[in-house]
Amino acid sequence: MSNLMKVPTMAEMTANGEVPEILFWVGCSGSFDDRAKKITKAIVKILNKCEVKFAVLGAEESCTGDPAKRAGNEFVYQMQAMQNIEVLDGYGIKKIVTGCPHCFNIMKNEYPELGGNYEVMHHTQLIQSLIKEGRLQVEGGDMFKGKKITFHDPCYLGRGNNVYEAPREMLQKLDAELVEMKNCKAKGTCCGAGGAQMFKESEKGDKEVNVLRTEEALEVKPDIIATGCPFCNTMMTDGVKNKDKEGSVQVIDVAELIATAADL
Amino acid sequence: MISIIIFAVLLLVGFGYFASNANKIRSNILMGQDVNRSDNKGERLKVMSLIALGQKKMFKRPIPAILHFCLYAAFVITQVELIEIIADGLSGEHRLFRGSLGGFYTFMISFIEVLSVLAFVATFIFLARRNLIKVPRLNMKEMKGWPKIDGNMILVMELILITFIFMMNGADEVLYSQGLSHAENLGDQSFGFAISQFVGPVLFGGMSESTLIIVERIGWWGHILMVFTFLNYLPFSKHFHIILAFPNTYFSNLKPQGQFTNMESVMKEVKLMMDPDADPYAVPDEAEGEAEVARFGAKDVDDLSWKNLLDAYTCTECGRCTDNCPANRTGKLLSPRKIMMDTRDRLDEKGKNIRKHGKDHDDGKSLLNDYIKEEELWACTTCNACVEACPVNIDPLSIIMEMRRSLVMEESKVPTELAGMISNIENNGAPWQFSPDDRLNWRDEE
Repeated sequence: MSNLMKVPTMAEMTANGEVPEILFWVGCSGSFDDRAKKITKAIVKILNKCEVKFAVLGAEESCTGDPAKRAGNEFVYQMQAMQNIEVLDGYGIKKIVTGCPHCFNIMKNEYPELGGNYEVMHHTQLIQSLIKEGRLQVEGGDMFKGKKITFHDPCYLGRGNNVYEAPREMLQKLDAELVEMKNCKAKGTCCGAGGAQMFKESEKGDKEVNVLRTEEALEVKPDIIATGCPFCNTMMTDGVKNKDKEGSVQVIDVAELIATAADL
Repeated sequence: MISIIIFAVLLLVGFGYFASNANKIRSNILMGQDVNRSDNKGERLKVMSLIALGQKKMFKRPIPAILHFCLYAAFVITQVELIEIIADGLSGEHRLFRGSLGGFYTFMISFIEVLSVLAFVATFIFLARRNLIKVPRLNMKEMKGWPKIDGNMILVMELILITFIFMMNGADEVLYSQGLSHAENLGDQSFGFAISQFVGPVLFGGMSESTLIIVERIGWWGHILMVFTFLNYLPFSKHFHIILAFPNTYFSNLKPQGQFTNMESVMKEVKLMMDPDADPYAVPDEAEGEAEVARFGAKDVDDLSWKNLLDAYTCTECGRCTDNCPANRTGKLLSPRKIMMDTRDRLDEKGKNIRKHGKDHDDGKSLLNDYIKEEELWACTTCNACVEACPVNIDPLSIIMEMRRSLVMEESKVPTELAGMISNIENNGAPWQFSPDDRLNWRDEE
C-alpha cells in the first residue's frame, strides 16, 4: 500500500490514542459502487498528500438515512441518524468531510435537529480550501491542455446549499477550458437520481431525466463532464453511454481531476 | 347628492364584500398546521423587499419581467389616483387635489398616464403570449378551462380599466380647455397631463359638451366600478398574488433549500425505541394520552402547514416551477404548478363544506388520491428546481414530501423497489445489499 493510500479507521486511531483532524464520511456509494470507489480513493490521496490527519469509520459507518427520508420513511431515517450520531459522538467527532452531497446536506442540515452537531464540509469545499491555503499544489498538468470541461451542479450541493463556486474554482486550476451549460448553477437540471429515484424505475414519461441532462451537457461539446456527486456520476455516465459518446466524453469527479492534475 | 350616496354605498359594498371573502381565505389558511415563521424579522423584511417589492426573481427571464414590471408599477401608482377618486366621490368635488398640489399633481397624473400606456401595451403582449404565440408553460394541460379564462379575464379587465382612465382624463382635458370642466379653473387652458393633453383632443375634440360630459362620467364611474370589480374578483382568482406575494415572501423558508423538516412526532417514538431504559409497557402519562394522535405527513390540506396553504393562494399559475421541473420536462405526470392549484382547489372546497356543515364535517375526499395521484408524487427528484424558480418563494416540494410521508407511513404505499431499498438500509445500513463488513474493502482493492 502506497503512502498515499493510508486509510486509518477511527477505531484504529483511537486504539493508538490518536485524534484525527477530520472524519472522512465515505458514504454508501463511495464504499460499494465500483466507479465511486475511485472517487473515494482520489479524495484519500489528496488528504494524505496534504497531510490532513483523517480517519474513516469503516464497518462502523452506516447509511445517513437520506434515501429513506426522501422516500418518505422518517422512521428509518431517524433510526439511522440517531445510531450514526451515537457513533460519531462516541468518538467525539467535530469535523466531517463527505464524498457525497446527499450525506453532506443531511448531516449538515438535518442531523442537528436530532442532536448531531458537526462542522460538515463537502469534499469540494475541503479540497478548495487546501488549495487556497497552499497545502495542495495543482500544476495544471498538460493532460488537460485544450480540453473542455463542463461542471454539472449536484442539486444538494448547489440549490440545496448554495455551493456553486468551490468546484468551479478547483476546475479553474486545471489548464483546461471551463464551459458552462445553458442550465447551470441555480438553474442546473437534476441528473435524475435524487429523492430516492436512484433506487427505483422512473414513472412513465417520454425520456429519462439523466438523458435530458446529458443532452444539455453534450450541447457545449465537452471532453469531460465534471461532477461532485457519485450518484450524478452514475447518472451522467449512463446518459453518455445512452448517447453513444463514451468514446469521446468522460464523466469524472472534481476530486479525481484534481488528484490527476496534482500527479497523485 | 344622490351620486355621493350611490358612491358611498358602492364603497361600502365593494370593501365589505372583499373583506368577507378575504376573511374566508384567511380562515382556510389557518386550517393548516402551525409552523414558526416569526423569527429573523429583519431578514424577512429584506427578502420581502427584494423578492416581492423588487421582483428580483422575475428578472431571471427579462422579457416577461419588464412587461410585468410595467403592469406592476402602473398598478401601484394608480392607487394614488384612486385616493383622489374616493375623495372626489365622497365630497362631490372634482379633481380635489389639483389646486393644492399644483405642479406635483400634474407630475403624478402624468406619471400614471405614461405607466398606463406601457401597461396597456404590456397587457396586449401578455394576451398574445397566452393566446397567439401560445407560450408552452401558459398552455399546459392543467391550464385548460377556468385557469385559462381566469388569466384572460384579468388581462381584459386591465385593458378596460386603462381605457376608462383615458376616457376620463381625455374628455376632461377637452372640457377644461373650453372652460367647461367641473375641475377648479386655475386660469390655464390645459391640465398638461403627459398623454391625455394630446390624446384627448384627438379622440374627443369634435364632441359636444353634453357628449363630453357623458364620456368623462363613463370614464370616471367605469374606472371606480372596475377597481371594485377587480378587487372583488381577486379572492376567486389566481390574481390574488398581487396582495399575497408580500406576506408569502415575508414568511419564506430561510433555511437552506436542501434541508427538509424534522418530524417531531416520529422523533419521540424513535427516541423511546432507542432508549435502553424505556419501559415499553409503561402507561403514557395523562397529558400525552389526551393529546391527539399525530398523523404522519399530509393526506388532506389541513395536514399541511399554514405556509403551504398560503403558498397555494399566492400561486398565480405562471408555471415557472413546472417549466423547470426535470420530471415534467421528461413527460412525467408531475407538475409542481398542478400541486399548488390542486391544494388551493381542495382547500376552497373543504373550507366551503366546513362553513356549510360545521367544523367536523367530513366530505369523504382528500387532497391525496382525489386530487393528487401517487404517480405524480413518486416522480419528484426533490431537486428544488421548482422552489428556486418561483418568483414569490412558493415551495411545492414540501407539499410533495408531506404527501409522500403520508403514503409511506400512514398507508404503507411504497413502490416495490423503494421498499427493498429501505429494508436494505434497515438490515445492512446501506441502500444496496452489501454487508457492512465490506465497507472498507475499497482500501485494499487495486
